[in-house]
Amino acid sequence: MTNAVSKAVQPGRAATSEMVRRLPEFLMIWVPLLLSAAHLISFSIWTIWISFTPSTLIPVSGWVGLRNYTAVLASRNWQVAFDNLLLFGIAFVVLSLFTGLLLAILLDQRIRAENVLRSIFLYPLAVSFVVTGTVWSWLLNPGIGIEKLVHDLGWTAFHFDWLVNRDMAIWTIVIAAVWQSSGFAMALFLAGLRSVDADIIRAAQIDGAGPIRTYWRVILPTLWPITVTVIVIQLQFAISAFDLVRALTNGGPGIATQLPALVVYDLMFQRSQLGRGAAAAVLMLLILLAVLLPYAAWRYVQRRQSTHA
Amino acid sequence: MRDQSFAPGRALIYLVVSLLAAAWLAPLVVVILNSLRTNEEIAQGSMIGWPQHLAWSNYAIAWSGFCVAETCNGIRPYMLNSALVTIPATILSTLLGAVAGYAVSLWRFRGDNWIYGIVTLGLFLPQQMRLLPWTIVLRDIGLINSLTGLVLIHTIQGLSFTVLFCRNYYVAIPHELIRAARIDGAGFFRIFWRIILPLSPPILIVTVIWQFTHIWNEFLYGVTFTTGQQQPVTAALIALSAAVADIPKHGVQSAAVIIAALPTLLVYLLGGRYFVRGLTAGAVK
Repeated sequence: MTNAVSKAVQPGRAATSEMVRRLPEFLMIWVPLLLSAAHLISFSIWTIWISFTPSTLIPVSGWVGLRNYTAVLASRNWQVAFDNLLLFGIAFVVLSLFTGLLLAILLDQRIRAENVLRSIFLYPLAVSFVVTGTVWSWLLNPGIGIEKLVHDLGWTAFHFDWLVNRDMAIWTIVIAAVWQSSGFAMALFLAGLRSVDADIIRAAQIDGAGPIRTYWRVILPTLWPITVTVIVIQLQFAISAFDLVRALTNGGPGIATQLPALVVYDLMFQRSQLGRGAAAAVLMLLILLAVLLPYAAWRYVQRRQSTHA
Repeated sequence: MRDQSFAPGRALIYLVVSLLAAAWLAPLVVVILNSLRTNEEIAQGSMIGWPQHLAWSNYAIAWSGFCVAETCNGIRPYMLNSALVTIPATILSTLLGAVAGYAVSLWRFRGDNWIYGIVTLGLFLPQQMRLLPWTIVLRDIGLINSLTGLVLIHTIQGLSFTVLFCRNYYVAIPHELIRAARIDGAGFFRIFWRIILPLSPPILIVTVIWQFTHIWNEFLYGVTFTTGQQQPVTAALIALSAAVADIPKHGVQSAAVIIAALPTLLVYLLGGRYFVRGLTAGAVK
């Protein structure tokens, strides 16, 4: 009340001093938030704009329509990368979901040393992809890794040369990626399993359902929302996978393990084709949106249903 | 309730879980063992083997001896680079994230939901969409190929995570608490210091651990915006593998890999619970 009075008496000065007094607060709220929001929006628009220009070594203005896009889409590099992404994305998501769920169900059996085991399955997530990619490149290298070990043990007919085999190399990425991030799926599934209502489980057991039946009919269906979340996050990882591939195969042998993120980097910083690199980056974004938009819509519907219920 | 009785089913569960755990630990064990074997020993056999005599010298060479490009200072300068980027960027992004998270969840202002929504877009947008603009901006402000440039990038980009973490935590603080403090005449900062910050340690630990691991492990920005002596350790490891491709030095490389992974592994071992909380907080929500 007094505030309003003093404002009415000296509107100009009060407002100014109020603004000065609140300036630090204003800066602390707005500067970080605006920097973050503005750079995300403006940088994305900037990259989209560059993708329509004839930029090569440096960004230049101009308009070439979809020329960069057609060039990228027609290039063998991108086609291989896109096919690889499909195969890698699907195989990685399916295998890591399956492994994560298996691990979660096993750890949910009130076993001893659960904490230690959980830590073991999660530690790869704490380590850089560069490190894990390097280590897997050694293990999978037929000259020094598992194949060599088995040969040295006397079984010389053993063959495991996926890393240097054009047709199989992409599977080495799948192996390393599944090893790295199944623990993540496990952590989410385990949280889901632990939050299942104990009464429902007891009711199923009273009805005479065995453990397998209880899981299949009662517990696993409740994990559905978590499963969708895990799928979307793992797909997002697969689409932007870069470090792991760079350290494990560097896209090789030849371009056998090329992925979109490597194509973007190659075009932008090794071939100085900025326009095409930006177009490839936008294509990556479109692939990502193809995954995220249906997910966002699904989440929206779920929320509305839960608020109506 | 606990079923301790021995049954074939339980034996099978333990067997499967032990085998899987062994498979998960194997790569780490292999690298640790290799870091203690001489290069010759590895070259004669395979990467998988027991050290005949412990070659601790691998660690000394990896730390300060081997050569990448023209310089022979080992991994030490790159570890220092990573620390000089990771520590300030972690602290800055966490502090700014805490203030901004508090502002969007409890202080409220016009458009806060919009701004918050855009900031969290950063979790989904591929890094590749921002690579080119960052290169141009860093060059124009003279921070390309500098650790300061990396700190700036990681601070701004990290806000997407830190604001999300802190906001989701602060939303649960009762608004009445803030309202009462405001009626008593407390301003934005006083409420932050006196009420919010004392309630924050759990979420700040999660945020710091998450940011530290992420920034330390980051590779794409490091390799894109810095070269040579300015690179973080992840980029240096790739450069090292390329440099020794002709004459393999797997013992030394293994030691370098262990050293580079040690900071985040230690953080994980010490704060595993918080690490997992960050993982799930980043996922579900």
